[in-house]
Amino acid sequence: MGPFILKRIGQTLITLLLLTILIFTLARLTGDPTPLVMPSEATDADRTFFREQYGLDRPLHEQYLVFLRNILSGDFGVSFRYREPAMNLVLAAIGPTLQLAGLSMLLAIIIGVPLGIAAALRQGSWFAAIVRGYAGLGQAMPSFWVGLMLIMLLSITLPIFPSSGYGGVANFVLPCVTLAFFASASVTLLTWANMTEAMRSDFVQMERVLGIPNRLIVLKHALRNASLPIVTYLGLQFGLLLGGAVVTERVFAWPGVGQLVVEAILNRDFPVVQASVLLTAVLFMTVNLCVDLLYAVLDPRVSA
Amino acid sequence: MTRVAALNASSWWSLRLRWRRRTGRPRLPVLSMALCILLIFAAVAGGAIAPFAPDEPDFTAILAPPFWMEGGSTMHLLGTDQLGRDMLSRLIGGARVSLLTAGAAVLVAGTIGVALGLIAGYLGGLVEAAIMRVVDAFLALPFILMALAFVSALGTGIGNIILVMILTNWARYARLVRSEVVSIKKRDFVLLARVAGVRPMAIALRHVLPNAMTSILVLAVLDIGRAIILESSLSFLGLGIQPPDVSWGLALAEGRTYMSVAWWLTVWPGVAIVLGVMSFNLVGDWLRASFDPRGVL
Repeated sequence: MGPFILKRIGQTLITLLLLTILIFTLARLTGDPTPLVMPSEATDADRTFFREQYGLDRPLHEQYLVFLRNILSGDFGVSFRYREPAMNLVLAAIGPTLQLAGLSMLLAIIIGVPLGIAAALRQGSWFAAIVRGYAGLGQAMPSFWVGLMLIMLLSITLPIFPSSGYGGVANFVLPCVTLAFFASASVTLLTWANMTEAMRSDFVQMERVLGIPNRLIVLKHALRNASLPIVTYLGLQFGLLLGGAVVTERVFAWPGVGQLVVEAILNRDFPVVQASVLLTAVLFMTVNLCVDLLYAVLDPRVSA
Repeated sequence: MTRVAALNASSWWSLRLRWRRRTGRPRLPVLSMALCILLIFAAVAGGAIAPFAPDEPDFTAILAPPFWMEGGSTMHLLGTDQLGRDMLSRLIGGARVSLLTAGAAVLVAGTIGVALGLIAGYLGGLVEAAIMRVVDAFLALPFILMALAFVSALGTGIGNIILVMILTNWARYARLVRSEVVSIKKRDFVLLARVAGVRPMAIALRHVLPNAMTSILVLAVLDIGRAIILESSLSFLGLGIQPPDVSWGLALAEGRTYMSVAWWLTVWPGVAIVLGVMSFNLVGDWLRASFDPRGVL
């Protein structure tokens, strides 16, 4: 158990370090940021001064170490566009993103788990076929198109919900439904698969023979056995939702990290791009690490 | 690698496959196969079957609706956009770009990933550890964010987008192939070949790789759907294919402005994406369930 945890944490840290090298390399690939930052009337002496100031004249490995030291102390540089520390911009945007992803996750569970259980109990029926179709659509429909179609139906044709913005409760409805549709598809399939397996297991068959009421078997015994992989998968799904949120935020003008990073790329605002990417990676990897550790605690076979 | 981490790596298709494994074998997806072939045909034939060039404006028919609606004509079956460009022709042009980028990305990413996975799995030790940590770093972000990070450095346009998709995808193949190789190399025929003095490179290529090939092909087919979604997402965000090239995602972004007056500009490209992705997914599912019932993906 102990060595497993240490190994996983070690792996995560190494991965994170490699990711910083990757991001640093990408930043250097985009070339010298001097012309982006300096006004066009700046003299060559000004430009040289700027390069020295930011260490752009030093060898690459030294620049990387400076970069690493800075980001470890939370300094990602100043946004070229907003003249504010990039870190602050990302921290301000992360709240709305987490709200969107969290609520969508909840909605996906409320839809997906009962659908999956019901389909597992009615294997091969028309109901199961419909659920299968729902899940297939949920995975094939890109979230930006779902979002646009919802806007077309529920805020243009029938003006019920606002098509964009952030603040009121009504603003949450369309973005959450959009994101939850995509997530509920995988939650449904996963619940379905695990419930089917649990219902086929020997002890459930035995309980059937003993005449224990079906509802009790399903809810108390089968579901409990199926829930471990479901619960851990939900953690991973949350990470995936952070990715899905990028596009959804753009559709609904939601002031989250996705919106921030897309704007930053369009404006060539590299400090903000780096800060968003690295901070999201930290969040994503922390969730994954916790899920793995939780799994190891709940199911001792994993760490063996 | 634990079960959970492996699940994370192959995210949603692995879920669908697990579901298949536990609920039985699918029937031959005739409709999906027909659709895939139709799409590939549209992509290859392109201009030869499209009624117009995708960027040819018709100023007498601006925002013309589909043919069955009032004001529509059979000349533009699915209607026209704000510049009078024929929607059907734009969808066919989009199929070409989507399948070209997806196909090229899957092919190159697959080759690189398979080669590195084979090396890692076969050699083991430090080489394996080094390759797999790099693989982890490339999979450390949700794939759309990873793609955005690459776009920010490389830029947009068809060539760059293919490069971005290769960079975001290769690691998945490396991870799959490594885990396949690790289990295959313990099997008797590989041990026998080694005892018989066959060189390691020859064993890897002639004995190990063919046994991993089915899983690789299945992953590749399923990856096409994923690549179509990634390309159209990037294009929708304005960070993918750029005009005058056409793409389904780009068409959606352009049609968005006219959503309240011309629904066909946003509905048709979306339908094309969904049908394309779903067909490749269903064919992939079927291949997987038919040829690889062990389920390592």
